[in-house]
Order: sequence, then structure tokens, then C-alpha cells
Amino acid sequence: MGVDRREFLKIAGYAALFGLGGKAAIDILAPGQLEAAMEGVPLTEATRWSMVIRMRNCLEKVEKDGCKECISACHRVHNVPDWGNPKHEIKWIWKEAYQNSFPNHPNEFIDEGINDKPFILLCNHCLNPPCVRVCPTKATFKRPDGIVAMDMHRCIGCRFCMAGCPYGSRSFNWGSPRKAPKELNPDFPTNRDFPERSKGVVEKCNFCVELVAKGQLPVCVETCDKIKVHALNFGDLDDPESNVRRLLRKHYSVRRKPALGTEPNIFYII
Amino acid sequence: MYDGGKIIAGLIIGIGLLLAPFFYNAGTAAKGPDPQLTPKAKEAKQCVTTTSYMRSSHFSLLDEWRNTAVRENERYFRSPTGKIYYKSLQVTCMDCHSNKTKFCDQCHNYMSVAPFCWDCHIVPEEKK
Repeated sequence: MGVDRREFLKIAGYAALFGLGGKAAIDILAPGQLEAAMEGVPLTEATRWSMVIRMRNCLEKVEKDGCKECISACHRVHNVPDWGNPKHEIKWIWKEAYQNSFPNHPNEFIDEGINDKPFILLCNHCLNPPCVRVCPTKATFKRPDGIVAMDMHRCIGCRFCMAGCPYGSRSFNWGSPRKAPKELNPDFPTNRDFPERSKGVVEKCNFCVELVAKGQLPVCVETCDKIKVHALNFGDLDDPESNVRRLLRKHYSVRRKPALGTEPNIFYII
Repeated sequence: MYDGGKIIAGLIIGIGLLLAPFFYNAGTAAKGPDPQLTPKAKEAKQCVTTTSYMRSSHFSLLDEWRNTAVRENERYFRSPTGKIYYKSLQVTCMDCHSNKTKFCDQCHNYMSVAPFCWDCHIVPEEKK
């Protein structure tokens, strides 16, 4: 005996209900994961990641207790060793006096205090990055979301990018991080989920691509928020309603060496 | 043939010397590689794709993973069984295969290949 019309409709109805339930269940149990896997695309979408640094918040905290939480957090997460020698220093995020960070802002009568104030510097993730243009192996490349990333597998250590970068954001590994002095790096590697670098490659801030891909904030920003300083603000510059655009609308901001035409994506509110 | 005896004796000695290593090592063939699975890997039954593919071409898969993850930001891999994996040698592969010396090195040493993965990627700590 075949299935009559009424029976068929009942089966079809139950099947449809079950099908919808299945998809909904996956969405509730693991939100976003299904879509991410299907598309094979990053979980966050932006076209121009950038950072706005509110230096007043930062300096206030630094003067209070010499805060360098963002730097130590970054170095911990990315296994950046301390060589104890400024010539071998690996710089991802670091401090530099105002007068050296902004050499194109000369003003004889500037507030005397500010010249020696430590500013937070990192890779500017330029819109027009000279390091990308000079890299002969395309180890450094500009991602569609605006981050200037490095593919360590391709770096041959020629250091053209270091010559090209006008901000000193790139550091050369003179030795394997594993050989860094033990007394300065007692529990190295500090993050076993992140690789180290080998001897003879150039490295720099990667804007935490591995965290941004998971929809998280860069670790420096997260750390700064955790201690309630909120000096570092990460967001999409192409979104007019983003946090960074709102800050830039409200305050006057400067960038490092704008006359070079590299279009840095790190902004400083002084 | 002048000095035939000397020549033939010399030849025998020469060939003998040439073949000496073969005689010396006869019967002691180098042991074939014997990669061991950790209990965790055994329990999973299947790797990110079929065992035969992994055995013959894991390096192609890893190469593709590193290129797509680093350069194209495609960080998830869908296996033929539909399971989703985070593309990472250090985090995903070495989570199951946490015994590098008994798993990776077995064949790599035998085949005399020295992949430079471990120059940067951190090897899981192994209990002796």
C-alpha cells in the first residue's frame, strides 16, 4: 500500500520541522562556528583596522605607576624575548620620547614637559606601506582588512623592509629567541600556542591577526581595557560609526611622519 | 699479461675493500620507521583526513594550511567527515600527536628529511 496524501503531508511537515530544528540547534550550541567553517573567512570583517591612542590616559597611568602592561602582555603572548641589549631589541610595541617619535612636530615653545614623555609606538599598519613594496619575497603583505602582516615562512632576512620602514617598527632576529638569556626570560616560551621566530628573520607587530580572526581584540588593547585606562582603541576606520571614528571626530589627533605619504593607521590624541 | 698475479691480487683486495661495508653491515638492516600514536590520537580513529592521505601527503596539507591560514586568513578546515579543525600545526596537530620524537621524527630521521617547522613552532613537552 502506498502513502496517501494525508500521510505524505504529515511526513513532509515533520521533516521540515526537524530540519529547521537541526540548524537552529547548531547555531545555539556553537554560534558563528558553522558559518565560519562554511565560508572559510575570518569571523570579523573590516576593511581598515586601525588604532587610536589616547595619550593623556596613558601618560596619567604611566606617571602614577610606570605602567607597561600592554608591552609585557604583547611580549608574553607573542613569545618576544628580552635580549638585554638595545642593539638586539625586538620591538612589537614600545615606548619612545615624544621628540623622537614625532620629529616633524618641532616647536621651540612646546610644553617643556612633553618632549621627554614616553609615547606608545607600534607598527603603523600603513595604508601605503613601504615595507610591503620593498619586500622581494612578498613575506610582508597588506591584507584586505588593512593589517600589514608577515609570513615568516617566506622571510629571507634581507632587511629591505627595515630600511623601508620610516618608523623603526621592524626588528631583526640576530639569534634564535630560544638562545635569549635565560635569566631575563625565565619561563620562555611564554605562550605555547604561538610560534617563535627563527634566527635571521625580521618581525614586527602583527595587530594580533590570530586573535582578530577569532573576533577578539588585540592583546595590548584588551590589557589596557582590563586596567581601565582605555588608552588603546581598536576599530575599523572605514566604518563611520566605529569607536575609532567617533574618537577621531571628537578630538584632534596626529599621526607619525604624515608627510611621507605612508598613511599610518595609528592615531594619537594628545 | 705482465705481473698478472699482482694485478689480480690487487683487484681482489680493492674490490674486497669496496664491498667491505656491505659485508660489515650484512644482516643488521636499519630498523624501519615505527611511528607511535598517542592514546588521544588512537581514540580519534581518524586524522583531519584519511590516514592514507596523511601518510603520503601530510606535508602538502600542512603547506596548504600555512598558506591559506597566514596569507588568506582562512583559519578553519572542514574534514571529509564534516568536522571543523583550526588550521594549526602547533595547536591542532601537536595536540593529538604530542609525541614528536615517537611520531614525526621516526620517519623523518629514517628518510633523512629535516623539516624546519621546529625552528619556530614549539614542540610539546614530552614525558619520558
